[in-house]
Amino acid sequence: MSVKLSTRQVGDVTVIDVSGRITLGEGSSALRDALRELTAKGNKKILLNLSDVSYIDSSGIGELVSGFTSVANQGGTLKLLGLTKRVKDLLQITKLYTVFDVHEEEAHAVRSFA
Amino acid sequence: MALDTGASEIHDRHYPSTLESVDLAEAEILKAAEKAGFDEDDQHRISMAARECLVNAVVHGNRYNRRKKVHVHISLSGTRLTIRITDEGEGFEVQEVPDPLNDTNILRHSGRGLFLMGAFMDDMKVRKVEPAGTEVTLVKEIGPHP
Repeated sequence: MSVKLSTRQVGDVTVIDVSGRITLGEGSSALRDALRELTAKGNKKILLNLSDVSYIDSSGIGELVSGFTSVANQGGTLKLLGLTKRVKDLLQITKLYTVFDVHEEEAHAVRSFA
Repeated sequence: MALDTGASEIHDRHYPSTLESVDLAEAEILKAAEKAGFDEDDQHRISMAARECLVNAVVHGNRYNRRKKVHVHISLSGTRLTIRITDEGEGFEVQEVPDPLNDTNILRHSGRGLFLMGAFMDDMKVRKVEPAGTEVTLVKEIGPHP
């Protein structure tokens, strides 16, 4: 299953619901394009919902990191929501878990942007 | 009399250097891991390590050159699954690959593939092959491991 992304607005926070696999090729480029489009439109508060992401490879991790830094460089914030155990483990062993602001509940995550 | 190592070959194929090949070979490796009896978490680790290795072979080794092949060999010996992935690229020095856990590299876009292979497998060996290419051997044992 390749990646699927859909965007919705919760107050002033833009939530990107991601499902499937974020891997080299279509998956990672779709995420990159979505984040670029949102930052180009001036969205500053972005919440990436990864609860339906089954698999991320190192290319996908690279896109998360690049997204995080590019949103921050434009004065915005990118946060993560709903990591599966496997994705959480992956971010922990790559020492990236503490780099991101990670949330388990959407309402809590949205409030944290205020 | 020939020495019987007890190893059985599960898969042996040369793939063209495309991302489609990465998906196909990864599926074969996952199938082999499942058949060998690894639990779901280990199947995921093996699949992920193999994918990183296959991507390196196609992208960095063979640079998408369709005339160059990626050789995938999978064998099972008792509880030990061995995956050997060989490209026909120019090769690289493992010791020159930056440590992705170093604070200065932590926010780099790339460079985590080799580290993940080592983290998810019990053993990993990288060697140059003649006349050109890199062979990576990934090993995983069924059962308790660190």
